[in-house]
Amino acid sequence: MKHIRLPLIPTLLAMALTFVSGIAMADSIRFATTTSTYNSGLLDYLLNHYANVSQTEVQVISVGTGKALRMAENGDVDLVMTHAPSAEARFIGQGFGIEPLGVMYNDFVLVGPKDDAAQVSLAQTVTEGLSLIMLSNQRFISRGDDSGTHKKELQLWQHLGALPSFAGYLESGRGMGHSLQMASELGAYTLTDRGTWLALKDKLALRLVLETDPRLLNPYQVILVNPVRHQHANVKSAREFAQWMVSSEGQGIIGKFRINGEVLFVPSAL
Amino acid sequence: MNDLWTTFSTAIAQLLSGDPELWGIVGVSFSVSASALLIALLPALSAGFTLAYFRFPGRWVAISLLNSLLAVPTVVVGLVLYMLLSRAGPLGDLNLLFTRPAMIIGQILLCFPLLVAMSLSAFQAADHRVLETAKTLGASPLQAFVTLLFEVRFALLAAVVTAFGRIIAEVGSAMMVGGNILHHTRNITTAIALETGKGEFVQGVALGIVLLVMALILNVSLGWMQSHSRVLRHGT
Repeated sequence: MKHIRLPLIPTLLAMALTFVSGIAMADSIRFATTTSTYNSGLLDYLLNHYANVSQTEVQVISVGTGKALRMAENGDVDLVMTHAPSAEARFIGQGFGIEPLGVMYNDFVLVGPKDDAAQVSLAQTVTEGLSLIMLSNQRFISRGDDSGTHKKELQLWQHLGALPSFAGYLESGRGMGHSLQMASELGAYTLTDRGTWLALKDKLALRLVLETDPRLLNPYQVILVNPVRHQHANVKSAREFAQWMVSSEGQGIIGKFRINGEVLFVPSAL
Repeated sequence: MNDLWTTFSTAIAQLLSGDPELWGIVGVSFSVSASALLIALLPALSAGFTLAYFRFPGRWVAISLLNSLLAVPTVVVGLVLYMLLSRAGPLGDLNLLFTRPAMIIGQILLCFPLLVAMSLSAFQAADHRVLETAKTLGASPLQAFVTLLFEVRFALLAAVVTAFGRIIAEVGSAMMVGGNILHHTRNITTAIALETGKGEFVQGVALGIVLLVMALILNVSLGWMQSHSRVLRHGT
């Protein structure tokens, strides 16, 4: 019997600790969202305002879009905010999520070394810019982590006919902030959302080389976990929070968020 | 970043100013790792003692298994625990994923093999006559065990310090099963990972300093106690 009892002791202790640590204290929801919205500071800003109107504590877990959707699929969070339209459509189509709402958008930009060796800034379209990087065999940092940005980047390469295989193409496997720092250290190009770029650009030896191609639009959606699949999900509080984000109050706050005077996200629900 | 010294001095200033968020993160690290260590300690010492003093079939298999577990990366422990604790996993109903107890369980799994292995070698190195002498002097098995524990106390203390150092410095398991949630499961190492990703090196350095100072204090006091006792034993 002894070998059965031993692992139980830590489990019981852990359960006791759950009560002590006060997690059961107030209503709370788990919100998986992308590193781009969290690292830019938008989420902290938004949640500070939400705390004024709601008792619900929003616990943020910031991961890539792929992982966020996976967490929601398994029922480990109550709602997600992600930026990969096709993956989101598949997620909802398979019945994992409900009530998708467009919250805001920003756009992706191409950034690269200050000297812009591949002369991407002369390109008219993002497809042309990427082909210049590939043909001059400059370094390009790919996120390589199944995030929304990574999914977008792969779509953009598809327009060139094939996935990139040139020697300068490197996968960081890390978040946007780390990938930008890596690009800065290596003098490489990378695709980034504008929010993270604006939040970090003062610390980077990089410059913006290409923007405002319609293909670079980056819409964010919030999606609730399907309560039919996961009865325990706190859908009521999650819905309240989602509705607040798309309300005129939430949208106004998103529109007001700035870093160094620059707008990072454009509210899109009103 | 180009000015290393500015980063360091700002970090120290931030620590000294008693920044509540920063110290809250430090508090999470300490409470999680101390809980894990306390829970794992007695079972691990008992296991180490059993392996050192009893011969039973499968003993060498247990020891080999134990030594292999020492080499398991923390992210692997985190991954396995994540899959077990996820709502989609077998223990999902406990509702433990992304909580401190989940981090504690992960760290118990990480420090247990280390504590067993180090206490095993401590007990093996101890003079075997200690137990017999205690027993002939009329000590109960428990009293004899306590006598032995006292005899090898410094080696055990070293095991505890090493185990604490391993789990408070680990990031893989804490990140996966804790989720790095502010005020709940964000500890020193997951905060460093997050802050460096945001390019905020100051807070990362400040938290790194806390870890380093803690390691210094623990190891210097251990060293002092050991040398102090040796002086006593040699009667100088």
